[in-house]
Amino acid sequence: MARVLVVDDDQALSEMLGIVLRAEGYEPSFCDDGAKAFSTFKESKPDLVLLDLMLPGLDGIEVCKQIRNESVVPIVMLTARGDTLDVVQGLESGADDYIIKPFKPKELIARIKARLRKEDYKSETLTLGDLNIDVLGHSVKRNGKTIILTPLEFDLLVALARKPWQVYTREQLLTEVWHYRNPADTRLVNVHVQRLRAKVEEDPENPKIVMTVRGVGYKAGP
Amino acid sequence: MSTILITIIGLALINRVSTGILSAKETASITEANSAIKDAQRVITATDTGASSLTITSIVDTAVNALADRAGQSGLYDVLFLTSPELSSFGFPERGTNLVAVTSVSEELKSQVKNSSNLLWSYTQINYLDGRSVPGLIIGAPIEIRNFGTYLLFLLFPLQQEEETINIIQSSVLATGIFLVIGLLILVWYLTKSVLSPVRKTANAAERLRLGLLNERVPVSGEDDLAKLAGSFNSMAASIQEQITQLEQMSRMQRRFVSDVSHELRTPLTTVRMAADVLYEARDQYKGETARAAELLSTQIERFEILLSQLLEISRFDAGAAELTLRKTNIKQLIEKTADSLANLLTSQETPVVITGDAPEIDLDTRRVERILRNLISNASEYGQGHPIEIEIGSDDEAIAVVVKDKGPGLKPGESSLVFNRFWRADPARNRKTGGTGLGLAIALEDARLHSGWLDAWGSPGVGSMFRLTLPKVAHKSVTKSPLAIGVGEEISLELDKNLNIDLVHQGKSSD
Repeated sequence: MARVLVVDDDQALSEMLGIVLRAEGYEPSFCDDGAKAFSTFKESKPDLVLLDLMLPGLDGIEVCKQIRNESVVPIVMLTARGDTLDVVQGLESGADDYIIKPFKPKELIARIKARLRKEDYKSETLTLGDLNIDVLGHSVKRNGKTIILTPLEFDLLVALARKPWQVYTREQLLTEVWHYRNPADTRLVNVHVQRLRAKVEEDPENPKIVMTVRGVGYKAGP
Repeated sequence: MSTILITIIGLALINRVSTGILSAKETASITEANSAIKDAQRVITATDTGASSLTITSIVDTAVNALADRAGQSGLYDVLFLTSPELSSFGFPERGTNLVAVTSVSEELKSQVKNSSNLLWSYTQINYLDGRSVPGLIIGAPIEIRNFGTYLLFLLFPLQQEEETINIIQSSVLATGIFLVIGLLILVWYLTKSVLSPVRKTANAAERLRLGLLNERVPVSGEDDLAKLAGSFNSMAASIQEQITQLEQMSRMQRRFVSDVSHELRTPLTTVRMAADVLYEARDQYKGETARAAELLSTQIERFEILLSQLLEISRFDAGAAELTLRKTNIKQLIEKTADSLANLLTSQETPVVITGDAPEIDLDTRRVERILRNLISNASEYGQGHPIEIEIGSDDEAIAVVVKDKGPGLKPGESSLVFNRFWRADPARNRKTGGTGLGLAIALEDARLHSGWLDAWGSPGVGSMFRLTLPKVAHKSVTKSPLAIGVGEEISLELDKNLNIDLVHQGKSSD
C-alpha cells in the first residue's frame, strides 16, 4: 500500500484528497504547515508527496528543496497558477511533476500512478559515455562512483540511453517518461534535462551525455 | 516693411536737406549775382562815358576783371562774358575766368537771357577747358554796351561743395538706414526667438506628453505671459499625469483583483470538484432525483471550471501577461488535428468538415491557434445545423488566413462587430443548452492579436456566417491585408451590402 503525504494548508481540500486517495487504495498522511512538512516527511516516510506551493510557515519551493536534499521520493506539486514562474521554480527545486487546480480526481490519480509506477525493467546494463547504467538495479555509476538520480531522472536517462541513435522530441519524452496522454507543458522536459545534466555531466555547460538537438529535442550523446 | 519705411524716411530726409542747402545757395548766389551784375553794368557805363576811344576789348576786359576781383581768389563764381547771338558775327571778344568753357552755357539759355530784362538762373553742368565738369548754378543777365550792342553776362556758381555736403549727408543717411535695418532685423530675430522658443518648447512638450511621456514639463522662467503659459501647461500635465496614474492604478488593481479572485476560487473549486466527482461516481447508489442532482452538480462544476479558466485567461491578457510560444507549424495539419479532437462533437452534430487550400509552415503558438480553431469549428458546428463546415486556407507573401464558413442562420447586421465582445450572445433569451461561456471568441480574438494578426466575422441571415483568422507569416509583424476574402462572392456581397446592410467589421486590427 503506497503512502502519500499531502502537504496543504486547506483543510477541506486535504480531507477531500484523503477521501479520494483512500478510495484508490493509498494511505494518506497530512501536514498543513510548511515549517513542519520536512519533519512530517521524515516520520511518515511516504512513497510520494503531494505538495501545495502556497504554504504558511515555509514556502512549498523551500519544502521541496529540503525533501530533495535527502530523498529521491517523487514530488507532485499542486498549484493554482500554471502560467507563472511558480511551476518552473517548483520543478527546478526538485518536483517531478505538477498539477494545476482545479483538477479532476482521475487526473490526480493518473499522475500519482505514473510517478509511482515501477518501470518494467529487465536485467540490463547500458553504457553511455563513461556512465554505467544498471537498469534493474536502478543505479548509475561513473568510474565505480554511484550517482544518485530520482526515479524520474533515471527513467529519462534510460529512455535516452536505450536508443542513442534516436532524437526524442519533448512531447515523446512527456509521453514515454511522464506517461502523459496529451503532452502539454514541455517546460517539464527542459527543467528535468537540466537537473539530469547537473548530476551526470562532468561539465553541464558542455553536455556529453544528454545532447540538445536544436529545434527538435534531445538525444543521448555523444 | 521696416526696410521700406526706413528707405522712404531716408529719401525724404536727403531730399529735404539737399533742397534746403541748394535753395540757401541759390538765394545767396542770386543776391550776389544781382549786385555783381549791377557792378559790371556800372563799370561798363563808367568806362563808356570816361573815354569813348576805348575798344570793345578793353571794355570787356575791364568788366570781367572787375567781376573776377569781386569773386575773389576763392572762386565763389566764374564769369563768362559772351556776345549775344546777333553780335557773334562781328568777332567781338568773349571772356571767361578760370578756364571756364563757353559750352557751359547753352544756346537756348543765351537767347532766353538776351530777351529777358531780368536775371535768369538755371542749374547746369559747368565745364572747364581743362576737362573738369562740376554741377553749378548759372545766373545770366544781358549787359548793354553802348555803341556796340548787348553782351550776355553769366555768373557760374559751382555747387561742388554743396554737392559734397549732400553726398556726405546722403551716405550718412544711407549708413544710418542700413544700420537701422540690420539692428531692426537683429531685434526682430531676438524677439521672435525669445517669444517663439518657449512656445515651441511647449508644443514639443505637448507632443511628448501625447506620446505618453507623462513626466514631460516645460521650464518656467520670468513672469511674463509665456511663463504663465508654461506654468499652466505644467499644471495641466501634472493633472493629466495624476489622473492617468490613478486610472492605471485602478485598472491594475482591478485586474489584480480578477486574477486573485480566479486563483482564490481554485482551491475550494478543486475540493468541490473532487467531492462532486465522488458523488457522481457513486450516483448509482442514490435514488432517482438525488442521483440526478449528483449529475447536475458534476456537469455544472465542469462548466464553472471552464468559465473560471477562461476568465483567468482573459485576466492574463488584460494584465499583459500572455506570451507566445512559437513553433513552426503547418496550419492545415493543425486544423485537421483540431477537427479530430472535436470528432465527438462533430459526429453528434452530424457535421462534416471540408478543408481546402494549404499554406506554408509558419511560426505560431500552437496551443493558442488550436484554441482559436477549436472555438471557430465548434461554433460553426453549433450553428451550422448539420450543413458541412467549409474551411479554406490561403496565404500570400505576408500572411496566412483561415476562413471557417457555416451555413447556419447567419449573423444579423451589426452582430459581426459584437461577436467578439465578452459574454455577448446572439440571442440573450437563447437557451444555453449548447453551452459556451461567451468568452470563447473574445479569447480567440486576444490570441490572434497576440500574434499581431486578427479575427473578423461576416454574416448574412439565411446565408451563413464566416470567421476569418489572419496571422502574419513573421510573428509580430503586422499585416494590413488578409490573403483570403471574407463574405460571399464579390457581386453578391455588393448587392447584399445595399439591400441587407451587411457589415463587415475588422476586429482586432490593432492600430499600434
